[in-house]
Amino acid sequence: MQPDRHDIELFVNGKSCRHAVESRMLLTDFLRHELMLAGTHVGCEHGVCGACTILLDGAPVRSCLMFAVQANGHELFTVEGLASAAAELNPLQQAMHEHHGLQCGYCTPGILMTMTAFLRENPEPSETELREALSGNLCRCTGYQNIIDAMLKAAHLLRAGAP
Amino acid sequence: MKPAPFKYIAVSSLDQALALKAQYGDEARFLAGGQSLIPAMNFRLARPAVLIDINGLTQLAGLDRSDAQHLRVGALTRYRAMERDGEFLHDCPLFADALPHIAHPQIRSRGTIGGNLAHADPASELPAIALAMQARMGIRSIRGEREIAACDFFVGPLTTDLKPDEMLVGTAFPAARPRSGASFMEVARRRGDFALAGVAAVVSLDDEDRCSQIRLALCGVGDTPLDASHAASSLIGQRCTDKAIETVAGNVRGTIAPSGNIHASADYQRHVAGVLVRRAIAMAHKRIAHAA
Repeated sequence: MQPDRHDIELFVNGKSCRHAVESRMLLTDFLRHELMLAGTHVGCEHGVCGACTILLDGAPVRSCLMFAVQANGHELFTVEGLASAAAELNPLQQAMHEHHGLQCGYCTPGILMTMTAFLRENPEPSETELREALSGNLCRCTGYQNIIDAMLKAAHLLRAGAP
Repeated sequence: MKPAPFKYIAVSSLDQALALKAQYGDEARFLAGGQSLIPAMNFRLARPAVLIDINGLTQLAGLDRSDAQHLRVGALTRYRAMERDGEFLHDCPLFADALPHIAHPQIRSRGTIGGNLAHADPASELPAIALAMQARMGIRSIRGEREIAACDFFVGPLTTDLKPDEMLVGTAFPAARPRSGASFMEVARRRGDFALAGVAAVVSLDDEDRCSQIRLALCGVGDTPLDASHAASSLIGQRCTDKAIETVAGNVRGTIAPSGNIHASADYQRHVAGVLVRRAIAMAHKRIAHAA
């Protein structure tokens, strides 16, 4: 069987890109192996762990539960797009750093993307709402408390007008 | 952990989608949200030869309120859209209760009601809600269209009445009766996990505050979503007292035969189902009083 290939054109972190992809290529693998954006992590590959969370047209999605070909014509946002420069941290990243919201860091990109979308819609979340919003991202290091602390701080920074 | 090869076709019209499904039959699957299908493909539990991507068929997404008797929900309507539609959540409290239990925000961004119902997972919330609300399923194929009751749609685990050339295009939920209230509750091991047991209850009262109709459906405790309304018939004509509700819970416990799983024994599932029946009926009843 000949590989079933399709030309796709999409926007990733504000940049347009064109690629030919095999239909069975998962969006996660496309980001990591074709675009070399390895910040999106692969955990479970069946939609449970949340490590591969990215934004699709602004909404958080599991990139392991989409085919790259489905992203044709869409706008994606990955962890690489958060800070304006490589050496900088955006308010969410800065807060995670300050509150020790990560240890091994494997879940961190997914959590940052989930929280980016969540805080846009809920700039003043309660701790309960934050925990609910985080329910789809597994972290085996932190016990979550430091992530919650970090995101409460990030929400505060964003409300105060941090970039 | 990677899908087997398949042919991908993104369709631009419903007619094209139906023609392809008629051509390929069971070899092809419709790809909507993909939140159940793609994990199954990643595990190679599903190996469709052809995926017909219907995400471009925007006419299948959204709510149609033009008929006062029914709310029609297009098959491609995503959980995320339903969660953010205050009028819908107000009109359909079972959905308002159930949507937060459906997986996680990221899954709800993509998952669709039609995909959920056609997947017919017996532990899933919406099939039980469709049963409780006596929804009608709109089905299309190149042979024409038909509509069947939810109770005839779910025929087995992950199995519906859909024929190989058919698509579920929408679901019609009857408008709430006057003096009625509804509640959905479930227990899962963790937030977003499959339900160990879930209960959808709709209670209607007559002018003397006696129960005139009760609809009861359960998920997670059988091969299909279960319509347990018959086990609640003792409540008809009665006031919804704690004792009368407990009788119903006992009847339901005696009716269901859950199989047990890695997270819960069959006895525990039966117990939880009984507790949820009691609480869901009480909450549905309480909501009538609050609405009055």
